[in-house]
Amino acid sequence: MSLWHLAWRRFLRDPVGVASAVVVVAFVVLAAASAAGWVARDWSDEVGVSYAPPGFLQTELLQEHTREATKALPQEDYGIKDPIGAELAAIRKSLTETSQAEAKHGSLVFGADKWGRDVVKKAIKGTETSLVVGFAAAGLATLLGTLFGALAGYYGRWADDFFNWLYSVFTSIPYLLLVLAVAAVLGQKGILTVILILGLTGWTGIFRLVRAEYLKHRVREYVLAADAIGASDARRMFAHILPNVTHVVLVQLSLHVVLFVKSEVILSFLGFGVGVDTVSWGSMLAEAPSELILGMWWQITAATLAMALAVTAFSLFTDAVRDALDPRLQ
Amino acid sequence: LNSYLTRRLWQFFPTLLGVVLLVFFLFNWVGGDPAYILAGKIASAEQVENIRRSLGVDQPYWVQLGIFLKQVATAEFGVSWSTNERVSQIFATRLGPSLTVLLPLLLISTVLALAAAMLVAYFRGSLTDRAIMVACTIGQSVSILVYILLLQYWLAYQLGWFPVQGWGGTLGENLLAYAALPILVGVIVSLAPDIRLYRSVFLEEINQDYVRTARAKGLGEGRVMWLHVLRNAAIPITTNVMTQVPGLLAGAFLIERFFSIPGIGREVILAVERSDFPVIKAVTIYVAIATMIVNLLADLTYRALDPRVQLK
Repeated sequence: MSLWHLAWRRFLRDPVGVASAVVVVAFVVLAAASAAGWVARDWSDEVGVSYAPPGFLQTELLQEHTREATKALPQEDYGIKDPIGAELAAIRKSLTETSQAEAKHGSLVFGADKWGRDVVKKAIKGTETSLVVGFAAAGLATLLGTLFGALAGYYGRWADDFFNWLYSVFTSIPYLLLVLAVAAVLGQKGILTVILILGLTGWTGIFRLVRAEYLKHRVREYVLAADAIGASDARRMFAHILPNVTHVVLVQLSLHVVLFVKSEVILSFLGFGVGVDTVSWGSMLAEAPSELILGMWWQITAATLAMALAVTAFSLFTDAVRDALDPRLQ
Repeated sequence: LNSYLTRRLWQFFPTLLGVVLLVFFLFNWVGGDPAYILAGKIASAEQVENIRRSLGVDQPYWVQLGIFLKQVATAEFGVSWSTNERVSQIFATRLGPSLTVLLPLLLISTVLALAAAMLVAYFRGSLTDRAIMVACTIGQSVSILVYILLLQYWLAYQLGWFPVQGWGGTLGENLLAYAALPILVGVIVSLAPDIRLYRSVFLEEINQDYVRTARAKGLGEGRVMWLHVLRNAAIPITTNVMTQVPGLLAGAFLIERFFSIPGIGREVILAVERSDFPVIKAVTIYVAIATMIVNLLADLTYRALDPRVQLK
């Protein structure tokens, strides 16, 4: 029975792992559906009134609104009749009526943002952005880290010196500072920029682990045997050793998805991430400070819930995968 | 040990040179022509040319690199592009507020995390342990932004326990009024990852032979945990806390930004927003140097605390 079979069996025996895997798959499917345009394609349509409250407490809030509207205004009697009093009352009445009608018409489950866009659709679109950035950046970082680690660990000597030097250079600058510095230089915004920023700066952790694995493996008998039958360096590196370190790489890939999803949220919040033509959990949170003061809690709640659920599931999934692939750690 | 120190100090230079080259590559090569950023939207060709000459960017790259190396060597990075304040002056005035928040934050969060981690490590596998670990996982998955936003809104805006933001004149006023909520937020945010990390350190120590020996000779559980285990676990934990400091210096920028604390982190964000390259360059170089020095100090501390460690 192969390693993967055994790992799969161990994984299935872990209920937390299986449950988190289900949630992760659900998020990936949701993001894929959003990317394909099946859901949340019209997220930027202004379907409701500005700051429409969530639909599930619509009735209560509406009643409150009506009560406030019908409450008698304090009588300001100066002995003069307000010349436009009647008109004002009419306008006020029509305003509350139309807003009620519109809010009801929109009937958005989680309310609307400042422009009347559906918060649920924004959160779904944000899921797509976050997962695309997370996976692509983690893929890039893993690719770089694995390649550098393989070269450094396999060849040793000057290659090892060079990549270790590069590693010490990148790690002597704190991660978020490095990310911000690259963001400052690149200037332009967009998903691709964020992926490049995070991927090009985030390879160091993977490099160190992969390098250590290659150092260990390059003197093992199977590699010496491959050398003896004339396998080239590249073949030994990637056809023989790489499959034996895949478990390390996979766990790191998963860990970095979580790390980069979180970093993307911060970058987008600060305005250095995705542009205004798309939405991310970070840009949803960026609208929250002014909304909170007005008592609009639904957008921050939606973004936080979506992110917390996705990241928790992904973290637990990573732990389960690691335990399944490397049972000695338990 | 002397030869070790010499060698480590000698290793500083290639790394520092690498950082300088990386920063130079980013800002002078990838970053494009700064004259257009500086000259503003409506600029004549002469203006742009003048700025290029005064910055030295009309020179070939190796001359520019020479200018930059001189800046690094003399720690004089010129003036900020947006405020004309001297960069060294910016640093001198921003370091204090940053440290006022960071040092208490580090101290409190470390002590709390140590106590909690010891508790869960002692009761490992129990319901308490698992509940706290699950809470940590969930707590870590909520963005730091949400913690800052909600705590600031709730404790400062709604309840009015703290000022919403701002910074005072004296250290006492800052510590008691303005820095209190930022410190609280920072402690809450760093608890979850710290507890997870320290728990694994404690678990490793608890399974060691000396713990069994201590128990076998009849020591109480309190003595075993607080004296024997804590002392041994303190070695990796001390170095971990030390190496966190430089990263926090720039990494607390979200807290500094939200609470309008005039520290280094907020300066970095402002500089990135304004494309203020001299400030970002200087911060990157300084923090990198600080990181290297702290890493060396951490190694030396490790050696001092644990004589078994051989530094090669």
